[in-house]
Amino acid sequence: MAKRVGMEVSIAVAEAVKLADADVIAAYPITPQTHIVEHLSELVADGELDAAYIPVESEHSAMSSCIGSSAAGARTFTATSSQGLALMNEMIYIAPVLRTPIVLAIANRALSAPINIWNDHSDIMSVRDTGWLSIFAENGQEALDLTLASFRIAEDPAVCLPISMNIDGFTLSHFIEPILMPEKAEVDKFLPPYKPQLWLDIKNPISIGLLGGPECYTEARKATDDALWGAKRVVIKAFDEFNQVFGRQYHVVETYRHEDAETIIVSMGSISETAMTAIDEMRDQGQKIGLVRLRLWRPFPEEEFLAAVSKAKNLAVIDRHMVMGCSSGPVGLEVKSLVYNSGLRPGISNFLLGLGGRDVTRDDFKYIHEKATSGQVQARCEIVGVFE
Amino acid sequence: MTKPTVDAMAKVGDLPMGFTAKPGSTVAFKTGDWRSVRPVLDREKCIYCGFCYFYCPDGVYQDMGKDEKYYKADLDFCKGCGICAHECPKKAITMTLEEV
Ligand code: SF4
Ligand code: SF4
Repeated sequence: MAKRVGMEVSIAVAEAVKLADADVIAAYPITPQTHIVEHLSELVADGELDAAYIPVESEHSAMSSCIGSSAAGARTFTATSSQGLALMNEMIYIAPVLRTPIVLAIANRALSAPINIWNDHSDIMSVRDTGWLSIFAENGQEALDLTLASFRIAEDPAVCLPISMNIDGFTLSHFIEPILMPEKAEVDKFLPPYKPQLWLDIKNPISIGLLGGPECYTEARKATDDALWGAKRVVIKAFDEFNQVFGRQYHVVETYRHEDAETIIVSMGSISETAMTAIDEMRDQGQKIGLVRLRLWRPFPEEEFLAAVSKAKNLAVIDRHMVMGCSSGPVGLEVKSLVYNSGLRPGISNFLLGLGGRDVTRDDFKYIHEKATSGQVQARCEIVGVFE
Repeated sequence: MTKPTVDAMAKVGDLPMGFTAKPGSTVAFKTGDWRSVRPVLDREKCIYCGFCYFYCPDGVYQDMGKDEKYYKADLDFCKGCGICAHECPKKAITMTLEEV
């Protein structure tokens, strides 16, 4: 039986990595992710987790080591935030094409400048095109559950791709929450030992990390993109199997009071819980409003998303990363392109909020609802609460 | 309109997972056609010193042995860099333009 514990979410993520029996952790500390890898280094040093902990000199080396250890057939984990992810960038692009199923926890944090250690989504959004699967947790339980699911999804023979499991920095990573800590035996039922699809084996030598000229670069990228699109099926299957073992069902697109909603807010990550509270309050006042959350961001769950928003008159899409010199945020842009190409014609407004740790309140969602239902769709993403 | 194509295209589905290769694949990948000039040896001048053999960055020279007393460039792989000709103490190697 799972045990109910009060635990910091970062520690819960580290405990999930222990339950998953990771073989190699290569990481560099950075706020607000540090507690995850700090706790893992303790678990390894205390002999509680039989893994190699590689304390590298930078995040670039962390991701390089992860690619190497994954290519050697090891179940591999790392974690980072913000500038750390930016420093990994070169290697981040390489891992998917080499089909190394690394699990990366990102405690999402703003990118400099100005220097800011607080939460938004600019780190993950800056690597959205790289071929990694990307999923978002909204609370501590989900952070633990999705860490376990991440290994299962990434290592599936039909996927064999790296995955980022995103938790909002501080607002999730540093909160102490009640968490159901599963038994090892339950985890073993859900997550079998890692069977690598391809690895550096002296009995069957291969070269990994090759040159691909104009005659095959496009094809190599396309093969990776095909694998990423195909991964959605496995994500859904893994979520269903997770439910069978643990009794908690996740979906690639999560919904809340959306069925009869005229206006739907589209969100990702922990602000979704604030949004749900705001929606309850607006519903009490008779507003027909609901919520659709992207649990899976890459690959974009197109069919599920369209099904969830098909009846709405207005969509209010939240972005937490500013795309400078562009009229929409990344989520707004993709939702507009998907929805309008599908033939649906809701009014789509895009709102940018919660940058660099700026509080996101229930009132923000009420304001967004007002703007989205005003009948005037703005061409440009609106920055909610900017002082100017 | 026909689609533009590149010679010797690899199909998406034919690529090995992870874009890997078996070792030794460069043996099958003949790089000699990258060359615009080829080394031509004048055996009269050659003293069988072995400089060409050691300096060639591609390692394409083959020792023809004590009876033949010369080194032969494998033109399937020689890229025409000219280092052998430059290093040869007897100027026995001439870089000669490839005919198209
Ligand atoms: S030209 Fe260059 S590659 Fe060719 S044989 Fe001489 S040294 Fe080697
Ligand atoms: S370097 Fe010149 S002289 Fe020496 S072996 Fe080669 S061709 Fe002959």
